[in-house]
Amino acid sequence: MAKKEELVCNSLIEIVGKDFVSNEREDLYLYSRDGGSTKPRRVDYVVAPKTVEEVQKIVILANKEKVPITPVGGGLTLNGLVIPIHGGIVLDMKRMDRIIEVNESSRYVIIEAGVSQGALISYIKKNHPGLQHSVPEAPTTATVVANLLIRGHGTLAQSGDNSNMINGMEVVLPTGEICQIGSSCASPYWFSKGPLPDLAGLFIGWFGTTGIVTKASLRLYPRPGKRDMMLFTMQNPDLIPDVVYKITQTRMADNIGMLEQEKPEYMKGFQFIAISISGDSEQEIEYKRGILGKIPQTCGDNENEVTVMEAEMIPLGVKKRFLDEPPFAAVAADFRKGGGFQYCGIMMPLERVPEAWRRGMEIAHKHEMLFQCANQVLSSGHEVMFGFNYSFNRADEEDVERTREAMEETNKLGLELGGIPWKADLQGQKQIIEKMDPNTLELMKKVKKLLDPNGIMNPGNWEG
Amino acid sequence: MALEDYKNIIHRCFRCGYCKFTSDYSYLGFNCPVYNKYRLESYSPGGMIWLIYASLVKGELEPSEHLSQILYSCTMCRNCVEECKFKFNEDIVNILKAAREEMVDKYLVPSMVNRFLTNVYDYGNPYRELKQNRGNWAEDTKIKQYEKGDEFLYYVGCVGSYDTTSQKAARALGNVLLQSGLPFGILGERELCDGNEVDMLGERGLFELLKEKNTQMFKELGVKKVVTLSPHSYNALKNSYSNEFEVFHYTQLLRDLIKSSKLDVSKGFEVKVTYHDPCFLGRYNNEYDAPREILTAIPGIELIEMERNRGNSFCCGGGGGNFYTDVLSSGKDSPSRIRVREVYDTGANILAVACPICMMMFEDAVKTEGLEDKLIIKDISQIVEESLL
Amino acid sequence: MDIYSSLVNIVGEGFASNHKEELYIYSRDSGAQQPRRADYVALPQTVEEIQQIVKLANEEKIPITPMGGGLTLNGLTVPTKGGIVLDMKRMDRIIEVNEKSRYAIVEAGVCQGALQSYLEKNYPHLQHSQPDAPPTATIVGNVLIQGHGHLSVTYGINSQMVNGMEIVLPTGEVCKLGSCSISPYWHARDPLPDLIGLFLGWFGTTGIVTKLSLQLFPKPKFRDLLTFSSDDIDLIPDFILDTTQLNLMENLFIISQQWPVWTQHVLYVPIISAQDQQELEFKIELHKKLLRKYEGKITLVEGRNAERMRESRLPIPPVSLTLFADVKQGGGFQYTGGILPIEKIPEVWPKALELYHKYGQPYIYADQLLTSGHNIMFGLAYCLNRADEQDTEKVREALDESNRLILDMGGILWKAELSAQKLMMERMDPNTVKLMRRVKKALDPNGIMNPGNWDA
Repeated sequence: MAKKEELVCNSLIEIVGKDFVSNEREDLYLYSRDGGSTKPRRVDYVVAPKTVEEVQKIVILANKEKVPITPVGGGLTLNGLVIPIHGGIVLDMKRMDRIIEVNESSRYVIIEAGVSQGALISYIKKNHPGLQHSVPEAPTTATVVANLLIRGHGTLAQSGDNSNMINGMEVVLPTGEICQIGSSCASPYWFSKGPLPDLAGLFIGWFGTTGIVTKASLRLYPRPGKRDMMLFTMQNPDLIPDVVYKITQTRMADNIGMLEQEKPEYMKGFQFIAISISGDSEQEIEYKRGILGKIPQTCGDNENEVTVMEAEMIPLGVKKRFLDEPPFAAVAADFRKGGGFQYCGIMMPLERVPEAWRRGMEIAHKHEMLFQCANQVLSSGHEVMFGFNYSFNRADEEDVERTREAMEETNKLGLELGGIPWKADLQGQKQIIEKMDPNTLELMKKVKKLLDPNGIMNPGNWEG
Repeated sequence: MALEDYKNIIHRCFRCGYCKFTSDYSYLGFNCPVYNKYRLESYSPGGMIWLIYASLVKGELEPSEHLSQILYSCTMCRNCVEECKFKFNEDIVNILKAAREEMVDKYLVPSMVNRFLTNVYDYGNPYRELKQNRGNWAEDTKIKQYEKGDEFLYYVGCVGSYDTTSQKAARALGNVLLQSGLPFGILGERELCDGNEVDMLGERGLFELLKEKNTQMFKELGVKKVVTLSPHSYNALKNSYSNEFEVFHYTQLLRDLIKSSKLDVSKGFEVKVTYHDPCFLGRYNNEYDAPREILTAIPGIELIEMERNRGNSFCCGGGGGNFYTDVLSSGKDSPSRIRVREVYDTGANILAVACPICMMMFEDAVKTEGLEDKLIIKDISQIVEESLL
Repeated sequence: MDIYSSLVNIVGEGFASNHKEELYIYSRDSGAQQPRRADYVALPQTVEEIQQIVKLANEEKIPITPMGGGLTLNGLTVPTKGGIVLDMKRMDRIIEVNEKSRYAIVEAGVCQGALQSYLEKNYPHLQHSQPDAPPTATIVGNVLIQGHGHLSVTYGINSQMVNGMEIVLPTGEVCKLGSCSISPYWHARDPLPDLIGLFLGWFGTTGIVTKLSLQLFPKPKFRDLLTFSSDDIDLIPDFILDTTQLNLMENLFIISQQWPVWTQHVLYVPIISAQDQQELEFKIELHKKLLRKYEGKITLVEGRNAERMRESRLPIPPVSLTLFADVKQGGGFQYTGGILPIEKIPEVWPKALELYHKYGQPYIYADQLLTSGHNIMFGLAYCLNRADEQDTEKVREALDESNRLILDMGGILWKAELSAQKLMMERMDPNTVKLMRRVKKALDPNGIMNPGNWDA
């Protein structure tokens, strides 16, 4: 080992203990790649801290030795966001997994950065069965905090994206200070993000380039007694904006998803809109079903119909996907019997969805892939997360390369349609930056420089 | 009443700003013509009240020329009274009037206002026109002088008598009244300014003088009923003079005459008309229906309402003597030009007015906006005259 | 050229002033705060004019205080160190409404009333979240002070409804934030690195917002409210829990006032809305059923008082809050907006009552639930008589003590006036204060933007 490396490694061991540091090839192998199509990148150290103080010491060390840090939660973005771009330390936050406090009256939970979705779901179900949090469609190993910070969205998407549900955070700044953000900076209660000069935004959507979140306070919501779903089908994506608009106008849907898949055969050519509804009584559910059920007949025309699928006919897979808690995810990775899955998520306005649908299909076919999309209507219809899904065979390098190309083309399409790639991978970020208002880009750089003068935090991301 | 009498009210203004709007906060623009133009908070009703309190009540600010400019920019359109949510709303315009009276006492009055008042004092009209010419507008008509025993005194007012645009309305009304067979007459060169604008401008002394002279003259002539061309005259004679005679605005009279078939408007004519509610007929005296009843009684007329109508009517900008003093001044955001653009947007070909001041203000605005071949301004009296069989 | 002439050169004659009459008005608001010096007022109409003013301010080191409706009542739009008041209300265009994606792009000076009437006329099935304020309050001002509106229980506080902004930075550049920095659509705040937060809650110290994209929401056809009455303050958190668990109301007020007599109780006023009559009745019934478990300790108010509450609270916006200003026939009021965790309400309530008695003020609790049961805006209002300086001073003292009370209870102060900001910063995590200072310095190196605010 080179002298500097030895120094860094020893310092890390001193901070977290030798069991929780590694620069062994096998460990580095796993952290240098993810389940998507990103080419692997160099990692120098993996560290798993347990306390804020340890994180702080690591940051101070990193500044001193000019070693980059990349924090990682579940590592399930599939876009390589947690794979270092310039080597350095991967900070695996998952040992910081305490659920610190649930306040039932003001409905929030304080958790450490490494708490998984699964742990939180089961904890709340057991101890506070009247409450829930917004759970993303991801494997349960995804961490709650990371999902907030990449502005994920979940079962309560009608209330906005998950970052709206943050009451506060504890952050270790790139310069080493520990800061309380939100009401916790001036109160023992982590019940509200403000009203204070908003600092939370400085850490949301920045992909770890501005600091390391070690704790977060997340809003909880009432859990309804009953949940059910409805499925609408059609054979023309042009109908979608009208249907979705009307559904959102009723204010009765908890969650609205849209999808199309070319396999299995019976799904090909159909677009599905899945609506999850809830209530405290059967009467309430029936009422909502009645109102929503009237929408399809007001849409389309003789040639283009929208139909309501009979409840018994809804495929089990679809039901599990929308009603299970957490929603059942990850199956798509095996579509090509190849363990690989990635998607390009574009946040677009509702009216561009039909065009996205058609051109997305063209791109998939062009790259010899089957078209599959899984979209979610967010925030009561204010935007749609259009997910262009690509399953691939990891054992086939050409297949992986096709996925990368398709991703790049899809990012381009998304931007062309006036949308924004969600949790953009590196080349997606570059495309975004090219299109960005140059003064906005300057402001971003200024903020990053302000918070991270030595450029140690996940460098390479959001760089113009 | 003097400012003293309002001292328990003046500090109660919250500057919430409801007074700036129509009743439904129309996004077409603020309904206070002064605030809409200047946009400085000092030029809003609340701003003026606060300044009156600071300068004339509390003595925190020395009254100045700029204050006088602010206070005299108001056209006294009464939108603020209409929209203010507080219990003292009725007195908002009165407070401003009382403040103006103090400014007059301090000789702090814009020069054009000074000229207006001096002219009325010297000539009986703000135009500095000779008294003996006051009746000339009626020269080529059969309208006669008022004699004792005539049922109605047709009171024309300064603007109708001297302004060439408004004279057309004066003549049209006269002709219509002749057609109706109603016994009436005018005062001609005997007529004196009614003093409404003088009152609004805060020259209490002059107003009282005019009131006294007019009242005396009417008494001597045995006048029992007055019909006015102008809502401004209507307002003064009805509300500020004594109750010794009945006062009508001409639209009320014509409405009744049409209803009782003393006027036959069945000739009519095909046209799209919109109607502008004048402040002194509408908000001051709650008369919104009579003009509309006239227009809807005429066959062929399609009456289109502007969005800002009735109590929400947007002032033409001529009140408070401003048609002469021009303190509110001009420019593309002058109230009359804004209003004319609103009229144009309705698709109407004729803007019907019921006030000689509105008439002359809009006539000018139509020209400045380059809409002469698209929009015609007509007084309701002219529309009735043209519809008569 | 002197500063006044420069301003006139930029915005035009008539839209800048240094007359004492204008300065008088702009140096104070309708709350209890002492007036502070303003040197100039300018009313820009375009972004370019603002840029030029910012450039001038940087050159001359003269402060700028942006102002919307000026209705915070806390003096937030009154300069702390003199300088230029930038009255944004001439920039009043409603630029675009995107119906399908439900947002409106407005300039900084568009007021609540204008947007309300515009939507009513052109998009009657859409609405925006309106604060309990006169219609002259601006959309942008309300968002930037992290205000809330009649839809906040359902959709979050109004600052969460921002899709994007156009800003003039204190250094003069114009940037677009949110999806509009990349796309012709102003439909999303995410998923970019968030920069919008840098302007929310900062009281104009970090830049001047010139345009904003605001989310719109479906407008229900039917609205009604219920009034429940109770004398047991300990039940408040439970009742809030119950109503929010039911999750069917649009908004919830909790009101208690000394006058009129019938309001001398804890009055819960849930606002219910629905797309049809059946839905409305269904929701109302479910709310009434909630009372069962309280065995008479919370009861339904019917008859004349229920009607009064409807008149008072159902219109959007309600006029009732504005009328507080005339309770003492004094033309003003101010309130401590305490943002509290729900469970602290019973503890704060009697302590607040002591304060009202101590200062001889009639009590007015004007509380509004924010979001579905996560915290509450606990409003302690004090009416004042502007003509009585002694009374106004008492109100100031009462407000200060109310502020301290809220902070002692672990709350945060909404739209904190200068003294309240100081109180909070004293209690704040010092690293957070440092971070705030660094952010301000980075964005406003010359310290020209509303200086004095959030200054340690």
